[in-house]
Amino acid sequence: MGVKLLLDKANVPGIRTYEVYRREGGYRSVEKALKEMTTDAIVEEVKKSGLRGRGGAGFPTGMKWSFIAKPEGVPRHLVCNADESEPGTFKDRYLMEFLPHLLIEGLIVSSFALGSNDTYIYIRGEYAWITDILEQAIDEAKANGWLGKNILGTGFDCNIHVQRGAGAYICGEETALIESLEGNRGNPRIKPPFPAIQGVWMRPTVVNNVETLAAVVPIINMGGEEYAKIGVGKSTGTKLISACGNINKPGVYEIDMTITVEEFIYSDEYCGGIKDGKKLKACIPGGSSVPILPANLLLTTAKGEPRYMNYESLSDGGFATGSMLGSGGFIVLDEDQCIVKNTYTLARFYRHESCGQCSPCREGTGWMEKILQKIETGKGEMSDIDLLWDIQRKIEGNTICPLGDAAAWPVAAAIRHFRDEFEWHVNNPELSQTSNFGLQHYADPIHVPA
Amino acid sequence: MSEQTFFKVTVDGITIEVPAGTTILQAARQIGGEVAPPAMCYYSKLEGSGGKCRTCLVEVAKGSEKDPRPMPKLVASCRTTVMDGMEVKNITSDKVLEARAGVVEFLLLNHPLDCPICDQAGECHLQDLSFDHGKSGTRYEFQRRTFKKHDLGQHIQLHMTRCILCYRCVFTADQLTNKRVHGILDRGDHAEIATHIEKSLDNEFIGNVIDVCPVGALTDKTFRFKNRVWYLKPMDAHRDCPTCSGRVTLWNRGDEVYRVTARKDEWGEIEDTPDGKPGWICNTCRFDKKNASEWVIEGPRAISRASVISQGHYAGNVGMTIPTETFKAVNGGRAPHLLMDIHDESEVNQPDIHLGQIQGPSNGTTFNNKKDNA
Amino acid sequence: MATTFNDIQMTEFKRLVARYPEGKQKSALLPALHLAQDSFGGWLSTETMDYIASLLTIEPIEVYEVATFYSMYNLKPVGKFVFEVCQTGPCMVSGSDNIIDYIKKTLDIKPGETTKDGMFTLKLVECLGACGYAPMMQVGKIYKEHLTKEKVDGIIAEYKAQAANN
Repeated sequence: MGVKLLLDKANVPGIRTYEVYRREGGYRSVEKALKEMTTDAIVEEVKKSGLRGRGGAGFPTGMKWSFIAKPEGVPRHLVCNADESEPGTFKDRYLMEFLPHLLIEGLIVSSFALGSNDTYIYIRGEYAWITDILEQAIDEAKANGWLGKNILGTGFDCNIHVQRGAGAYICGEETALIESLEGNRGNPRIKPPFPAIQGVWMRPTVVNNVETLAAVVPIINMGGEEYAKIGVGKSTGTKLISACGNINKPGVYEIDMTITVEEFIYSDEYCGGIKDGKKLKACIPGGSSVPILPANLLLTTAKGEPRYMNYESLSDGGFATGSMLGSGGFIVLDEDQCIVKNTYTLARFYRHESCGQCSPCREGTGWMEKILQKIETGKGEMSDIDLLWDIQRKIEGNTICPLGDAAAWPVAAAIRHFRDEFEWHVNNPELSQTSNFGLQHYADPIHVPA
Repeated sequence: MSEQTFFKVTVDGITIEVPAGTTILQAARQIGGEVAPPAMCYYSKLEGSGGKCRTCLVEVAKGSEKDPRPMPKLVASCRTTVMDGMEVKNITSDKVLEARAGVVEFLLLNHPLDCPICDQAGECHLQDLSFDHGKSGTRYEFQRRTFKKHDLGQHIQLHMTRCILCYRCVFTADQLTNKRVHGILDRGDHAEIATHIEKSLDNEFIGNVIDVCPVGALTDKTFRFKNRVWYLKPMDAHRDCPTCSGRVTLWNRGDEVYRVTARKDEWGEIEDTPDGKPGWICNTCRFDKKNASEWVIEGPRAISRASVISQGHYAGNVGMTIPTETFKAVNGGRAPHLLMDIHDESEVNQPDIHLGQIQGPSNGTTFNNKKDNA
Repeated sequence: MATTFNDIQMTEFKRLVARYPEGKQKSALLPALHLAQDSFGGWLSTETMDYIASLLTIEPIEVYEVATFYSMYNLKPVGKFVFEVCQTGPCMVSGSDNIIDYIKKTLDIKPGETTKDGMFTLKLVECLGACGYAPMMQVGKIYKEHLTKEKVDGIIAEYKAQAANN
């Protein structure tokens, strides 16, 4: 059993309510932080913890906090990014649904550290029932003196508000989220200025993911240095992984980032192996935008070393032979899955979610979708594969926000590792409509279930 | 007053000093020529514009004297300010040229290419951009996106199909009028400029959206299909206008005023008036004053770089070679019936010979007849 | 259908606006549109959007811009129950295609259409963040997960019964 810092109490009956959460030791970090620590000391602890943003980019949280501008007389805001929308990712939802007070606790400490008197949770619009859960938790926290005016007699005022989005993946991008919070279209802003200088209502703003803010609770409770001892290298602490696809036990798992990918997929503690006794074909380990890896490159790096479930190991080999931990959305594909079709549905997703503001993303995502649909439906030509490659190259790095990259990477990786499957589709227009390319040489050679 | 700080910035090997806060694009424009990146959405007179079209992407090879690291990605030069000692590569960067060719291809992907029937032809920035950076032929084989035509009142025609979503007209309405009624609806590749419900744009300054539109999406209905811009003589003129500066360009054929626009500088932007304010013009000047007698003519206007009318613009530019093949060699061995450029034709077609009276398309015979008659 | 909030709705609207700083009332636009959609028949008519614009003292076009951007706002009337079935990668590899086909066949409608009795609308949507519980769909505020054909039958029956009881 690995260490659990976030979900250790998830199975306690009634943990969603304030009474049980408090009885189980909840809100201790607020007492410690507000009564015994200065705001600078809290930021320092978070820096020491090595905590990296859990939304996908993995930026060091303590450093992000230290960037916030503190102009005289201008309010600052903490915004919690609960716009979880990356396909394959559903960890924040789990955390908010079952441990709402853990997030509220983390938010109070973080708001205090950053000097945010009005903190906002921007939650994706579809999570409507979770909005209710959070608002209830906020009411409970307020009724018990953890929110509102003069918290714990420290003079610190804080209110937390929940705002629902309305269906737009792009609002997970922090500047688009800020635009949306201001009641605008979710068009990402052109940076600089960064939110830490001019964020929501042009005020200094920090936007952090749900899991990141929840992790502040154990960091304060145990101290940054202790937290940093869990994990390995720059992957400190624990990480929530939402596992889905063709596995026996889809769900949200907390891992301490020292386990191998192989253990994560095959151990009964986690995914429990591939569903229906099938073989593993490929996996998208960090949310749909990170590169897909064939089984052999997923379980071992190009150097032949075992691959671990952490930031460094998953990106070992760069995009040529590696991928990313990303948001922790772990999508497993078995031998019967078609890479072309999977890539097509992801391309359709990114076309659907492009805000349309900048031309490479607006036009390029739609173009890629159409070509992939053409190949998928047996009408593709060999030149289409090269064209796809060229289009994704012209999108990547040339757009306002990372959605362009997120749309380009899955296409690039699919062609990089599964080009022969694309070619098979082109060469077998009829056969590809009724049967599957199958495993060919991608199969993980170790785990052939009996 | 504190002294202004100046930064040294080098663009394509040319160094210039500019005030701190200047963008790379503006610095490059000060150098001028081909060093200035093209801009389809940025418009210096409109606050908040830019960053969207990605045609002005440049490579920052050296961030600054203090931090010489190159920037990891190409940056939008219109929205990135210079740092002291910054080194920028525009046309000397293969990465930039490749990305720009990509952007041109993306912008043209769903563009109808209906230049032959588009009033903007001849002064269209997308035409110029394609000429400079685009490739012949398209790799797009799917049906192009189309939109329903929208009526934006009696003066402004909206051809959404041609729009490249630069947002300039939205900024214009926000910043020049007190009530914006058009905007960007929908999202992604379906996003469009529209009013949602048919509404006319009737603010006194709304006509300026026509001047800021880089393509033929917003055109002047009073000029619709009246003439080709290259047949017209642009003349600077002014009138005593109670609403605006009254400083305009008249587009004439003989004594007849075909259309009125604001005066545009070499970057295709509205020129400033002598008091340093942008010379936006009012609807009355633009749409209602079509008699030459209502204007004081100042003199002919030099045609800006941003127009294919300007002769010789495309020859001998940096990065381009003057073709040496004969026309016959590239035309499959066939000699052309007649070779003439736009400039020649507009000289031939004297104002007193109306094009509409020439039977059929003008050809060698017409050409010779007119020469004989002259 | 009325296009003004009743007292309860107006109280909620005021609560939403109060969460934002003075003069930043436009920030309440997204939640206000949700409230309006829930209050006025499940969709946003032009009149509804104009009403919200007037309440927030912003231009109607600002509301149209936002309402057309986000996929959860319905700009056309929809059925009493909207089946929003996820079709993105993780759901697709878990068999969402079969579920979509089954719903199409059972309700005899295509995506985007509403049944003749005005009861059900089928919408195909992109990832709803329930990938581990695929295939799935959203109906109103509720997620229906681990869908099978039998489960779909049950859900349709459940909503028919619910409508009959109201």
